[in-house]
Amino acid sequence: MTDAPANGPYTLNRRKLLAAMATIPALGMLGGSRAFAQDTSTAAVNTTGLAVTDTDVTVGILHSVTGTMAISETGSVQAEILAIEQINAAGGVLGRQIKYIQEDGASDWPTFAEKAKKLLVQDKVASVMGCWTSASRKAVLPVFEQYNGMLYYPTFYEGLEESPNVIYTGQEATQQILAGIDWVVDTKGAKSFYLLGSDYIWPRTSNKIARKHIEMKGLKVVGEEYYPLEHTQFNSVINKIKLTKPDVIYAIVVGGSNVAFYKQLKAAGIDLTKEAPLLLTISVTEDEILGIGGENMVGAYAAMKYFQSIENDNNKAFVDAFKARWGDGIVIGDVTQAAYLGPWLWKAAVEKAGSFDVDKVREASPGIELATAPEGYVKVHDNHHLWSKLRIGHARLDGQYDVVYETADLMEPDPFPEGYQ
Amino acid sequence: MIGDYTYDQFFSILAMQGFAGLVLFSVFVLMALGLAIIFGQMGVINMAHGEFMILGAYVTWGTGLFVTNFAPALFPIYFFVAMALAFCASFTLGVFVEWAMIRHLYKRPLDTLLATWGLSLILQQTYRSVFGAREVGVTLPDWMMGSLPLTDIIEVPINGLFVMALTTLIAIAVALLMYKSRWGKQVRAVTQNRIMAGAVGINTKMVDRMTFGLGCGIAGVAGSAFTMIGSTGPTAGQLYIVDTFLVVVFGGAGSLIGTIASAFAISQAQSTMEFFLSGSMAKVLTLLTVVGILMLRPQGLFTLKIRR
Repeated sequence: MTDAPANGPYTLNRRKLLAAMATIPALGMLGGSRAFAQDTSTAAVNTTGLAVTDTDVTVGILHSVTGTMAISETGSVQAEILAIEQINAAGGVLGRQIKYIQEDGASDWPTFAEKAKKLLVQDKVASVMGCWTSASRKAVLPVFEQYNGMLYYPTFYEGLEESPNVIYTGQEATQQILAGIDWVVDTKGAKSFYLLGSDYIWPRTSNKIARKHIEMKGLKVVGEEYYPLEHTQFNSVINKIKLTKPDVIYAIVVGGSNVAFYKQLKAAGIDLTKEAPLLLTISVTEDEILGIGGENMVGAYAAMKYFQSIENDNNKAFVDAFKARWGDGIVIGDVTQAAYLGPWLWKAAVEKAGSFDVDKVREASPGIELATAPEGYVKVHDNHHLWSKLRIGHARLDGQYDVVYETADLMEPDPFPEGYQ
Repeated sequence: MIGDYTYDQFFSILAMQGFAGLVLFSVFVLMALGLAIIFGQMGVINMAHGEFMILGAYVTWGTGLFVTNFAPALFPIYFFVAMALAFCASFTLGVFVEWAMIRHLYKRPLDTLLATWGLSLILQQTYRSVFGAREVGVTLPDWMMGSLPLTDIIEVPINGLFVMALTTLIAIAVALLMYKSRWGKQVRAVTQNRIMAGAVGINTKMVDRMTFGLGCGIAGVAGSAFTMIGSTGPTAGQLYIVDTFLVVVFGGAGSLIGTIASAFAISQAQSTMEFFLSGSMAKVLTLLTVVGILMLRPQGLFTLKIRR
């Protein structure tokens, strides 16, 4: 396991991050060795004045529960609260119950930064579970680096980032894209692709990686299109797809546009169950299908690390607990599961470090394993992302996915993929 | 051969893009009619227009749920009932809002902008609290979701035809109401000279209230129809609001013909450019063109001569 390849064309930010990373071992030494792990008195486990008492420890939850992103972020909040309650029921962390302070980012990036500062400076929280969009993460990043906080970020995203103050519990782009395209080429014999996305950084970066990968295989990209986030009319692009007749529509449309796209695709006579063309997406989880409607999505494929229908004991217990806590009708998507991992990974790191101190938790984080994750076994990489599997789901009429493929091995996170930029 | 396409394909492109443009045109007209009535006749800038549309969408969703559970036999035709209910709900809310808020602000037109924007935030949060933050899926009868294959390539979406028919009907109904009925005459009289209209015995307050209600009601029907092509969630109304204002302002406030002409121009330009350029570029070019024309002609395409 190595660090991500350096020498990328990322100048300032990247260098700054590496410099910050380099100071970690030194800070760790200052903090003392793990011989103190047995001593759990508050003075010993909290040397930096975090909100830790003899009986409890406070963490922050920072998501949008109002505004346009509330649609997506609600599931993450629910998952994080569930994980915290379960950890408390099992005895807490280092003998302390977790209390949480929830702040609302209100789908507004400056608000995210402001609330992050409040959580770190005023509330002195030991860690924060939060953010969803890349824009909100970028907004809070300077705050977390300045005040040395720890953020557990749940969303699959475009990569190109590696902060000492963030643990990324979702996939970076290559983990979601490469194996998915390999699968569709190997098992479905796909030769041509039509790339489609909403017009912002994640779809554009992802499609760039996808295009490189497709072209390296000697296959063809017959079209690449981006539409503004609030776009609701997809008839023109659907016509283009009909004319170019690709084997695969590779779709990274998000938000309200998603619903419009799939409804109009069906209305235009493209039946996804016939797989001509086949549709592969990395942006539609079970959560989104609620809005799109199972009847408009049936037959499509999605590449994710988690589906609610995964069959293993961990997931069964997770789904049951989630429904018991938040209601029977609820569905669980990829990001919701990744958000659930946040508190557990933090707990494991704190216990390994024997301390709530952010520097020690950071030092302890790489190599943390979670055998109880609903998606199966995961492990934290030196680059703060997770080793995880990729799975392909086949959309059913009822809005769930059947898992039709999963990679044999865990995939190494590679936020700065060489040769793909 | 034309470019990479054969003649056959090229004509199919023309046909399909033409149809896509017409559907877009209908969608724009449907979105903008309600706003054009309110903005044009009353001078009120209704920033909550999108939220009135989404109210219609939620009513449709609720009706669908009710029919599925209690009268499944009626499911294939429930959509018509839902549209009527959507109109009633948005109309009622519109009348209430006019009574509670708008009527106090007629003398302060800029404040209505702020007030209705506040209303839109209140409505969004209300939807979020009542229906949940997640989007809801509106199930449509099967007959509305398919397409009619004409040739190998050309397929006509039924929901597109449905929106076109609905738009035509509503546009004709509004035109009749405005230009042939007694009530329409009163509305136009109030628009042209409020004091004089009052002096000859027209109840201008009642006319205002009904006009606002009608505009909102049409927004509700539009929202109901858009469940076929778009999403239904607390903030989905925001998806439509920019295009709606664009159409109304470009067309010239106060002119229904202007709204229709501007919807036609913008939709055709956009769908043609979308085919030859990428989606985002098409949008940028459309907006640039509109801005350019508005700089040359600030009053919009068509204007009414109104004595101020």
